[in-house]
Amino acid sequence: MNTDQKALQELLFQLADDDFILAYRGSEWLGLAPHIEEDVAFSSMSQDTMGHAVMFYEMLESLGVGSADDLAQLRKPEDFRNAVLVERVNGTGHYIEQPNYDWAYAVARTYLYELFKWVRLQSLMNSSFEPLVQISRKMMSELRYHLMHWQTWTKHLANGGEDARNRLQAAIVQVCADIDGLFSLGPNAEAIVGAGLIADEATLKQLWLEKATEALSKNGLSLPDTFPTPSHDGRAGEHTEALTDALNTLSSVYRLDPSAAW
Amino acid sequence: MTEERVWELLQEVKDPEIPVISLVEMGMVNKVQVQDGIVQIEVLPTFVGCPALEIMKRNIAEIVGVAEGVQEVRVQFVFEPAWTSDRISDVGREKLKTFGIAPPPELLQIEESFDVPCPFCGSSNTRLDNLFGPAACRSILYCDSCKNPFEAMKPV
Repeated sequence: MNTDQKALQELLFQLADDDFILAYRGSEWLGLAPHIEEDVAFSSMSQDTMGHAVMFYEMLESLGVGSADDLAQLRKPEDFRNAVLVERVNGTGHYIEQPNYDWAYAVARTYLYELFKWVRLQSLMNSSFEPLVQISRKMMSELRYHLMHWQTWTKHLANGGEDARNRLQAAIVQVCADIDGLFSLGPNAEAIVGAGLIADEATLKQLWLEKATEALSKNGLSLPDTFPTPSHDGRAGEHTEALTDALNTLSSVYRLDPSAAW
Repeated sequence: MTEERVWELLQEVKDPEIPVISLVEMGMVNKVQVQDGIVQIEVLPTFVGCPALEIMKRNIAEIVGVAEGVQEVRVQFVFEPAWTSDRISDVGREKLKTFGIAPPPELLQIEESFDVPCPFCGSSNTRLDNLFGPAACRSILYCDSCKNPFEAMKPV
């Protein structure tokens, strides 16, 4: 495999795994969101995001890396390239038992991630890999509705009294502890940027900073001044136990019989 | 088998979630090519993760595949050009209304949100309840005139 092919595959895994794992975390909110309208909305957005992951896995499939279903469900945690931010649990407890999920964290994480996704898709619209250009344009038209939705929640919580506001601001700080991992292009960053697939890390980060700062300041919220280096480098395959647990759960049916027809 | 005939047959393939409107009226069929009994159809997905895509593929095969002179149907989902809600035909827009779904407003008018008239009474006195509805492509609105909740196709 030449350097460019390797770079393309690495980037596609980052794109696919970020969306896939965050959509899974979103799906864990089903039935637990603050009200039934939100259950509908959040599920719908998770479905979009999961659909985007499928597209990226299918691109990998077309490059001969493996079947999309297998790539999503049968890889080991250390083969995943998602940023650690998206694998963090929704709160204490488990979906079935005592799900003490943190809604402020859900709003902060999803909104800040989707703002980054906007920046990333903008850049991919100029990618040297034509399929990424086409699909990014399409994903953008869906993403804008997600952004409208999370902006509304941000406004609600920021203006919803002291408790709601403080919790949201604390959640933003919590999200930012992992945020740097999102901008990373991993160990193959140089080859990825060199191949013209996407803008470099510093550019992506700067564009996100401008966008996120503006989005939050509208509601009197702010980002921390500095971001720590995340505890694990997800782009290099370093992950927390949370990812292992998530993969075991989401692939449990598929693993029963990977050859079954769906 | 001719391309014209395939387009006619595709008019019989309905949107699985909105059975009054065909894929052609939805503007989802981009190209049809016929050569030696092999029919190639390019379909533009409305939403990337739409779960109805596989059903559409099957329905196309069931209707076009059994027609005389067809050996094989190949359905391909493509994103060039991108499907936009402006591709829905005028006939399609009217049919959506009869199903209780407001057709999408034109793309250029959208900023933070969007307004559409009620598909039942035509009033503009409506408000958006939830950007997200029962399917990725639809939102839920409420008509303050006739007091009916209704769905609208999202402008995308």
